[in-house]
Amino acid sequence: MTDRLLDPDPASVPDIADIVAQPLWRVRVRLFWRGFRTGWSSFAENKVGLVGLTVIVLFGAMALIQPILLGTVWEPRVFDPVVGYEAVVVEKTIVPDNEITDPDTQVDLFSARLIDPLLQVGDTLGVTEQPASPSSRHLLGTDSLGRDVLSQLMFSTRAAFMLGIVAAMVAVFIATTVGAVSAFFGGLVDTLFMRLADLIILVPFLPILIVLTALIDFGLFHLAVLIGVLGGFGGTAIILKSQALSVSVKPFIDAARIAGGGRMHLIFRHIVPNVLPLSFLFMMFAVTDAISAEATLSFLGLLNIDMSWGIMIYQARVQGYLLDPQRWWLIVPAGLAVTMLAGSFFLVGRAMDEIINPRLRRR
Amino acid sequence: MLKYIGRRTLQNVLVFVVFLTATFFLLQAQPGDISQQFLANPKITPEVREQFREQLGLTGSVWTQYVTYMKNFFTGNLGISFSEYPREVTSIIAERLPRTLALFLFATVLSFWLGFKSGKFLAWRRGGKGETVVTTIGVFFQTVFYPWFALMMIWAFAFGLGWFPIGKFLTVERWLNAPQGVEANGVFNRMLVTTLMVGLVLLAVEIIGRRSHDRKRGRQITWAGRILLVGALAIWWTTVWSEQVPFALDIGWHLLLPTITLSLIGFGATMLLTRASMLETLREDFILTARAKGVPDKIVRDKHAARNALLPVTTSLVLSLAFLIGGGVVTETVFSWPGMGATLLEAAIVEDIPLTIGAFAFIAVLALIAHLVIDIMYMYLDPRIRVQG
Repeated sequence: MTDRLLDPDPASVPDIADIVAQPLWRVRVRLFWRGFRTGWSSFAENKVGLVGLTVIVLFGAMALIQPILLGTVWEPRVFDPVVGYEAVVVEKTIVPDNEITDPDTQVDLFSARLIDPLLQVGDTLGVTEQPASPSSRHLLGTDSLGRDVLSQLMFSTRAAFMLGIVAAMVAVFIATTVGAVSAFFGGLVDTLFMRLADLIILVPFLPILIVLTALIDFGLFHLAVLIGVLGGFGGTAIILKSQALSVSVKPFIDAARIAGGGRMHLIFRHIVPNVLPLSFLFMMFAVTDAISAEATLSFLGLLNIDMSWGIMIYQARVQGYLLDPQRWWLIVPAGLAVTMLAGSFFLVGRAMDEIINPRLRRR
Repeated sequence: MLKYIGRRTLQNVLVFVVFLTATFFLLQAQPGDISQQFLANPKITPEVREQFREQLGLTGSVWTQYVTYMKNFFTGNLGISFSEYPREVTSIIAERLPRTLALFLFATVLSFWLGFKSGKFLAWRRGGKGETVVTTIGVFFQTVFYPWFALMMIWAFAFGLGWFPIGKFLTVERWLNAPQGVEANGVFNRMLVTTLMVGLVLLAVEIIGRRSHDRKRGRQITWAGRILLVGALAIWWTTVWSEQVPFALDIGWHLLLPTITLSLIGFGATMLLTRASMLETLREDFILTARAKGVPDKIVRDKHAARNALLPVTTSLVLSLAFLIGGGVVTETVFSWPGMGATLLEAAIVEDIPLTIGAFAFIAVLALIAHLVIDIMYMYLDPRIRVQG
């Protein structure tokens, strides 16, 4: 668009009548596209943000591929993340009692004879293993209930995205509204919301969630809303309020007021859109917080969720595989997934911070 | 300044009452109560359960329960724990609060100190090769899934290398033959008092040393104070508390890994923030002036830039406190460290209402006091606020 406006050739300059004749939505789409493009080009300069975005896209692909795989390559009976089951059979050599040197390939005579009393030392026996170590069929092995870990990992991605995005949207919606309203009205409303925010900041987040989730059976969606509400009325509201305050004294607000704009019009059409970039930034950090909070609560066994990354580690914990580095696939992939997804949202947030806040940009 | 502190304290007390009320009603709103835990036991009939509820004061209306509770709370009676039945909540808290306090204090101080130092150097040497690496490490510590990270630390340093014990507060075998008068809490409290004294004396010596106009003399005073302190403590521990020493070492050995793990978490955030804040300060005109008039680099960095960069970092410390306290709960659970966080979690799961409120209340008090301390510190650091307040 800019190219055409700068073009010296008078024939290619659009007639003013044409522009006026264009429907409003088209102008808006074009403006949005232009804003998006400039935003993207400054975002793309930042390597850190791109790395974060790539990781997010990869996780998104994982979440999408899992149901497709489950419908085609993976039998649901075996690979279902929650109710799937497969006993992986490992061939083991039978050795005399108390002479096992390598438990991965050997089984003692006593245990073998429990299965088949006719077995002798030196025979081989197929032993079912749970949790089974990684193989070509189960790339990340199976857990202690014979379920495929990779399938669980991919399935949980969807839950993590859902939770993170719902929580962040709730938080940012509340924080933006509260910030704009208390900046616009000031006085009692302002005091009330800001004291509330102080209150929420003061008390540590996790103990509150522990007390709440231990009492009430929380599902994923409820938890997302709860985290969103606590986050939205807390610290983010204060920061967005200060931004809204600096917007609300700008001349164009007065102009809109003189033109006869009502309070709601002023707040939602003029103040909020100017706070939105910052809100979007905090949304990224809110996603990080929500994902970590859910994983931690699941790890502590406080949530009523079928499957999530935290639940995977929780199950390894209650079944006694926590301090067993040999069975790393029960704990390491899930923990890494939480870290990477939360971290990548954080990185994207940092990159956006550098776009919105030019003082942070590289000299 | 005193007026400001007084006002903040009053505010905090009000906030605390609001919290207590909210927690109480939230806990009351839950379905069922402690007597439900015995539903599966055929020996406990409904009549006995009813009697049990009456004994525990769960039969009256919510309001009477609330008024009774608040009255008791502020007269120092936190009730009797349901899950550890005849024990009073106050005695459980008195036993476990020092452990949480130690973990929290050490981790806060350590992470802040390390984070500030490394952030300072990072900003000063901007564009170096190590920068990307260190920033990545910082982001990793800030966003890592904390319980998992703690587990990995146990795997690596306790299980794999065997440098540290795997969780718990002390080695039971070693304590079986403990002489009369040596018990875990006594030893631990002595350790805590010693550390606090060390901190306070070091601070005092530092301030006195800085006040002195002669720099050389000031440094002499500081070192003399430090040596005197170490000597006095060594003499005191080897003579008066000599039989406690091996046991204190045992507890200290158990304390080390949780503290390091918790500090690393806070360290990432502080480092990144110090770096950002320092970069902004370095762009100010007075830094240019200082350099132009030939002030040595080290002094520009430490006195002109770092001191001004400290302010935003202190503000954010308020936010990271909640982070550290939440992290403390997880740390205590993963490392089986029997402090307030672990107590809160266990109590909340078995619906032990008095202990849950008690533990939560004390975690809230810890947070409130920490905030107050940071506010006062901030006031001390920023003369603009000091003059106004």
